[in-house]
Amino acid sequence: MAQIHGILAEFDGPAALLKAGKQLNEKGYRKYDCHSPFPIHGMDDAMGLKRSPLGFIIALFAIIGGLVGLGLQTWVHSIEYPLVISGKPFFAWQSYIIVTFALFILFGAGAAVFGMLGLNKLPRYHHPLFYSDRFKKVTDDGFFVNIAAGDALFDKKSTAAYLKSIGGKNIEVIEGEE
Amino acid sequence: MKVDSKTYLVNEKGSIGKIALIIGILGLALSLVGHFTNSKQFYFSYLTSFAFWASLGLGGLFFTMLHYVSGAKWSTAIVRISQAAMSVLPLMFVLFIPIIFGIKELYEWSSAEALAHNAVLAGKSGYLNVSGFVTHSVIYFIAWGVLAYLINMYSRRQDDGKDTIKQLRIVSGPGMFVFAMSISFAAFDWLMSLDPMWYSTIFGGYYFSGSFVAILAFLIISANYLKKTGALENEIRQAHFADLGKLFFGFLVFWAYIGGAQYFFIWYANIPEETIWFLHRWEGSWKTVSVLLIFGHFLIPFVSLVFYNTKRSRKILLFFAIWILIFHYIDMYWLVAPTLHHGSAHFSWLDIATFFGIGGIFIYLFWNRFIAKAIVPVNDPNLDASLNLHS
Repeated sequence: MAQIHGILAEFDGPAALLKAGKQLNEKGYRKYDCHSPFPIHGMDDAMGLKRSPLGFIIALFAIIGGLVGLGLQTWVHSIEYPLVISGKPFFAWQSYIIVTFALFILFGAGAAVFGMLGLNKLPRYHHPLFYSDRFKKVTDDGFFVNIAAGDALFDKKSTAAYLKSIGGKNIEVIEGEE
Repeated sequence: MKVDSKTYLVNEKGSIGKIALIIGILGLALSLVGHFTNSKQFYFSYLTSFAFWASLGLGGLFFTMLHYVSGAKWSTAIVRISQAAMSVLPLMFVLFIPIIFGIKELYEWSSAEALAHNAVLAGKSGYLNVSGFVTHSVIYFIAWGVLAYLINMYSRRQDDGKDTIKQLRIVSGPGMFVFAMSISFAAFDWLMSLDPMWYSTIFGGYYFSGSFVAILAFLIISANYLKKTGALENEIRQAHFADLGKLFFGFLVFWAYIGGAQYFFIWYANIPEETIWFLHRWEGSWKTVSVLLIFGHFLIPFVSLVFYNTKRSRKILLFFAIWILIFHYIDMYWLVAPTLHHGSAHFSWLDIATFFGIGGIFIYLFWNRFIAKAIVPVNDPNLDASLNLHS
C-alpha cells in the first residue's frame, strides 16, 4: 500500500478558505497549506505563518557581493597594478562604487531568486497532490486545504472529520511518495 | 479639531491654523528686522527656507498626480493631505516676491560688473537675466496653479457625486510632464544659478528627489496626527503607514542615488569649473555638513528602515519623518549657503526666523486648504479599497 501523503479538502471560496486556514492554525495544525487560484490577503496572518528568512539571506549575499567588488578593485588598482589613471589616487574609492554597487545587487538578486527556489523546495517535477483529479481546479476556481500526514495532530479519521466539520467538501486521502 | 463621521467635513477647526499664522507672522516680522541689519544674510536664509517649503508643495503636487495617474487605491484615504500641500504651492508666489527683490544680493549673474569681466557669464545672460528670472518663475507658478486648480476642481466634483476619476487622470498624465520640466527649471533658476558658472544637468532631479522624500515625511507626520487625534482614527490604517514607509525608504535611496550620481560624474571628469562647487562644500566646516548629510539623509535612516518591522512601526517612522525633514532643510542649506559663506558654515539666527516665518504661513495655508473640503474624498470609487487596506 502506498504511503499516505495527506488529506485534501475543498472549500467554497476565498472567505471560507481564509476561515479554515485560521481554524486549523488555532486547532494546532502546523503542516498544512491552503491552495487558491489567486493570492488571498490576510492568509499569512490567518495561518500564523512566520516571515520568510529570505530577506536576511539576500542581505548576507549582497554584502558579500559588495565586499567582493570592493576587494577586487582595491587589490587590482592599489596593490597589484598601481597605475596612475587620469591623475586619480591609487585607492580611488569613488570609482569603485559602481562595480561594488553592481555586485551588491547581482549577489543580492541571485540570492533572492535561488534562495526563493530553495526555500520553496524547487525545482521538483511532481507532487503527490497532483494525483487528485479534483485538485486541477486549483488553477481555475478551486479552493483547497491540504494537511500533510507528517503533522503531529494528523490522524486519517479524526482529521478528515474535523475538516468536514469546518466546511470542507470532497475530502480525499492523497497517497504517494514525496 | 472635530470631524463629521459621515461627510468628513470639519466641524471645529482647532487651533493649528491660528498658532501657525501667529508663528509665521512673528517669524516674518523678525526676518524683516534682519533684512535691515544684514540684508545679504536675510536673502540667503530666506531662499533656503523658501526652497524647503516650496519643495513640500511640489512634493504634494507630485504625490497627488502620481496617485491619480497610476490609479493607486491605497493612498485614497490620505490624498487630501497631499492635495492641500499642493494647493499651497501657487499661493507661495506671494512668498516668492522677496526673492525677486533680492536678485541683486543673491545672484552674481544679475551684476553688470560681473558680466563685463566674465565672457562665459555674459554668454549665459540670454537665459540668466533679471526679467528672464522673473518671467520663468511666473510661468512655473502659473503652471502649478493651473494643475492644482484643475485637480482640486475635479476632486471637489467627486464630493458632489460625479465620477471624475477619468478627468483627474487626464489632467495628471500631462501634468507629470509639466511638473518635471517646471521643477527642473525652477531648481536651475532658483538654486543652481547661485553659482552661475557651475552646471549639473541632474540638479533638477536632485531637488525633486529631496522634495518627494520631504512630502512623504510630511504625509507620515500628518497621517499620524490625524490618526492620533481621532479625526481619521479608523480610516488611516496600519497598512497606510507600511506603504508610506516603503515609499519613504525607497525614495531615500533615490535621493542618495541622484546625489551620488551628480557627485560621481563631476569627480570623474575632474573639470575645474564643475568641481569648484563641491570644493566649496568640502572646505572647512562645510566638510562636516557634507558628511553629516550623507549619514543623516541616507546611511542612518537606510540602515534603520531596511528591516521589515521598522518600516511598519509608526513610532520609528514618525521619528525618521521628523529627522528627514530636519536633514532636508540641511540639504537645502547645503545647496544655498556655501555661495554666501565660503570656507566655513556660518549659522545665522535669520535661518531660524525665515524658516518659521515661511513655515508658519505655509502650515496656516495648508491647514486652511485641508479643512476647506471633506478630509477624505468621500465619493471616490477607490476609497473603499483604501479604507480596507491590508499590507
